[in-house]
Amino acid sequence: MQERELRDLIADVKTGRMSRRSFVQQMIAVGLTAPMAGMMLAQSGVAMAQTAIPYKPTKAGGGGLLKILYWQAVTLLNPHFAVGTKDQDGARVFYEPLAGWDQEGNLVPVLAAEIPSKENNGLTEDGLSVVWKLKKGVKWHDGMPFTADDVVFNWEYARNPETAAVSIASYKDAKVDKIDDFTVRVTFSKPTPFWADAFVGTYGMIIPKHLFADYIGGKSRDAPANLKPVGTGPYVFVDFKPGDIVRGKLNPNYHMPNRPYFDTIEIKGGGDAVSAARAVLQTGEYDYAWNMQVEDEILTKLEGAGKGKVSIVETGNIEFIMLNSTDPAAEVDGERASVKTKHPLFSDPAVRQAINLLIDRASIEKFIYGRTASATANFLNAPAKVRSTNTKFEFNIEKANAILEAAGWKKGGDGIRAKDGKPLRFVYQTSINAPRQKTQAIIKQACQKAGIDVELKSVVASVFFSSDAANPDTYTHFYCDAQMYNTTMTQPDPGFFMNQYLSWRAANKENKWQGRNVSRWQNKEYDEIYKQAEQELDAVKRAAMFIKLNDLVVTDNYIQPLLRRPKVSAVAGNLTVPLSGWDNDLWQIANWYRET
Amino acid sequence: MGKYILRRLIIALPSLLGISLILFVLLALAPGDPFGELATNSNVPPEVREALRVKFGIDDPIFIRYLRWLAAMLQGDWGFSFASRINVDQLILQRVPTTLFVVGSSQILALAVALPVGVYAAMRPYSIFDQIANTFAFIGFSLPTFFTGLLLILIFSINLGWLPFVYRVDIPATGWLWHWEYFKQAIMPISVLGLFQAASYTRYVRSAVLDVIRLDYVTTARSKGLNEGKVVIKHVVRNALIPVVTLVALQMPAVFGGAIVTEQIFRIPGIGSLLISAILANDTPVIMAVTFVFACLVVIFNLLADIIYGWLDPRISYR
Repeated sequence: MQERELRDLIADVKTGRMSRRSFVQQMIAVGLTAPMAGMMLAQSGVAMAQTAIPYKPTKAGGGGLLKILYWQAVTLLNPHFAVGTKDQDGARVFYEPLAGWDQEGNLVPVLAAEIPSKENNGLTEDGLSVVWKLKKGVKWHDGMPFTADDVVFNWEYARNPETAAVSIASYKDAKVDKIDDFTVRVTFSKPTPFWADAFVGTYGMIIPKHLFADYIGGKSRDAPANLKPVGTGPYVFVDFKPGDIVRGKLNPNYHMPNRPYFDTIEIKGGGDAVSAARAVLQTGEYDYAWNMQVEDEILTKLEGAGKGKVSIVETGNIEFIMLNSTDPAAEVDGERASVKTKHPLFSDPAVRQAINLLIDRASIEKFIYGRTASATANFLNAPAKVRSTNTKFEFNIEKANAILEAAGWKKGGDGIRAKDGKPLRFVYQTSINAPRQKTQAIIKQACQKAGIDVELKSVVASVFFSSDAANPDTYTHFYCDAQMYNTTMTQPDPGFFMNQYLSWRAANKENKWQGRNVSRWQNKEYDEIYKQAEQELDAVKRAAMFIKLNDLVVTDNYIQPLLRRPKVSAVAGNLTVPLSGWDNDLWQIANWYRET
Repeated sequence: MGKYILRRLIIALPSLLGISLILFVLLALAPGDPFGELATNSNVPPEVREALRVKFGIDDPIFIRYLRWLAAMLQGDWGFSFASRINVDQLILQRVPTTLFVVGSSQILALAVALPVGVYAAMRPYSIFDQIANTFAFIGFSLPTFFTGLLLILIFSINLGWLPFVYRVDIPATGWLWHWEYFKQAIMPISVLGLFQAASYTRYVRSAVLDVIRLDYVTTARSKGLNEGKVVIKHVVRNALIPVVTLVALQMPAVFGGAIVTEQIFRIPGIGSLLISAILANDTPVIMAVTFVFACLVVIFNLLADIIYGWLDPRISYR
């Protein structure tokens, strides 16, 4: 999809010929995120829709106890230290960002009075700064007023490497100034098209200056408020036992009228995903359970009890296979899979193309994941229902055979194809996880029919995903021919997500295998376009660039997308829960309510 | 006696030191690292992960890390959890009451079942009662707690809907209602642990009583015309229980271990579930501390068993 086509579509939205929703879906289809689509529309003069979040109660309180079950317990409550989504969600009960992302890619103001735009002078032409206006009259749980000083403080706190905040990436390249008590300006060192990162969403939660000011840097761990949060959120802290339970009670001074609905809230943790699903869907002991990594068959059965339903929202997470572009068997300068080598088999485009045709994505979706994943041909996600020029995937053994035959890979006596004495045989690894092993088996079977011998390898997840520089079995070492895993896209902007194919980011010995380009894929054109996209302020042009980047990755067949993995949760039947795939599960906790 | 205890404690020190060294090295060599979750998260740049590793000293040589740990431990500093960034001792202390309650109640239940059943079975060996008790005891200790736990959940929580299967420390009720709710949620885990223990205790009590009941002094007591109840309680059980007491003491660490699995199944926030979640998160300081506490428990209860044994049986002397 070219820039012109994008402009035509936006014009259609502007004149009302096309709905905002279908535009967003089209953008997702070509591999963009919903928030990015929203930004494009905003910049082209289509205002961000005022998201109508359903909320019926006419007064705060009266809802009793809200029971939430996380099968991995919350371990800490400082949003700047929150590594996993469980901890981010725990913090979100008490802390709030300036704005959050809804499912359609709209920014929804929380502590901000309004979303910055050119019209309200929040954004500048040069893309070098953003001005946020803060909501007035917001109070911390201890009665202190929330002001611009708090916002500035969060930037100072998080960007300090000594603090060891996981949110550092959102703050380290920016500069934040206070304009007046309720206005702050974020200044970037270079033109930044995606300005809604700092103070927004997951890593944007604001902690109070008056309680954390003495604990910046190396002393960050000693702050008493790490365990006893004082925020601006809808619930006030009551009790926290790390690894077990978080409890809160209604905040009588909450800044949104008639909210929250529940009098008390608790997030219990521990156990396993299946029994958590059971507690919500079958026995009704709990109201909400997070991250249902449970086979769809079981979920459907449990839903049969009628106590609750499974809620599925789209995200940018993707399960994919990568083929090694380097030779994992050869050792160069003390490391294997060095970018100086070429993979003996996969360097032939015909082999990669054949493997792409041998992945039966439809069956993997249908028989293994069910509702909890959908097949895709894009690396940046895409629902199968929207057709797009480059999002086709095909499962065709004959065609794969024909391609290999034409490229000179002839079948030997053992049924395995070979060329120049090199047999078509490779090792395919992934982490230990039942659906992944089933997927491996399906692909191995199809490859066999095309004369490719696949050896399967599975590594314990704690090893596979570790950052241990000494262990050759981690996914970043990639001392293997092919591997499969799920990469998450927590950031609504694809900028950070797509840097994992930049040539200079290749994982190697020098960077202790911390480089994000694990496949070691090298492509000059990709690098160039990415550099341009980093500077491009026109949202539409930038979107077109990301579509191009996606196409480059996908059509080269080193990266073989399999399935989009949505967010799956279990929700009690009478509970209304606005979820978003681009923000935390509890991003709208203030608006949760129960139908009576 | 005082001298004996002192000597035993001094001997215990090197063994604890050895245990700690082995645990530490094993954990250091084990794969995985606490920041694995950051690895697949595209929002966290690799430099941050690297900085965290350096800050928490994970990249230093094992030996230096061990010495650092030991020095801190001797000063009472248990280190802090990588996952929750709070002190480990605080984390463990929060969990101890729950584990003590569950393990303690299950031990009481186990003894309350095992003592009468074992003694009665020994008084009438090979009677119908004895055979039924034996059968149940065998079934009891052949079924692992993770199996019986799930079985009970399936029957009482899911099919019948009588009992909750998520254990909560804070129940939003007061007075009698609170006690009732607490009792309801504790029934399943305590019976799972308690009955498993009761099975092996029953066998042990039975054989201990059987050994004593045939001795001459018991016959003498009977021929003096004492009634059967008095003979059993005053003369038989008193002597037969000496080895049982030591067995219970020796079993205590094992019971804590058995509670690990049960705690996980019922989501009981005890030490065991802390250990499991720490292992899953590769939170080495917590794993180290909890396993070390278990090691201490073994050493202490061994010492306790020896002391109690000598105190109950004056024929044993301390040297």
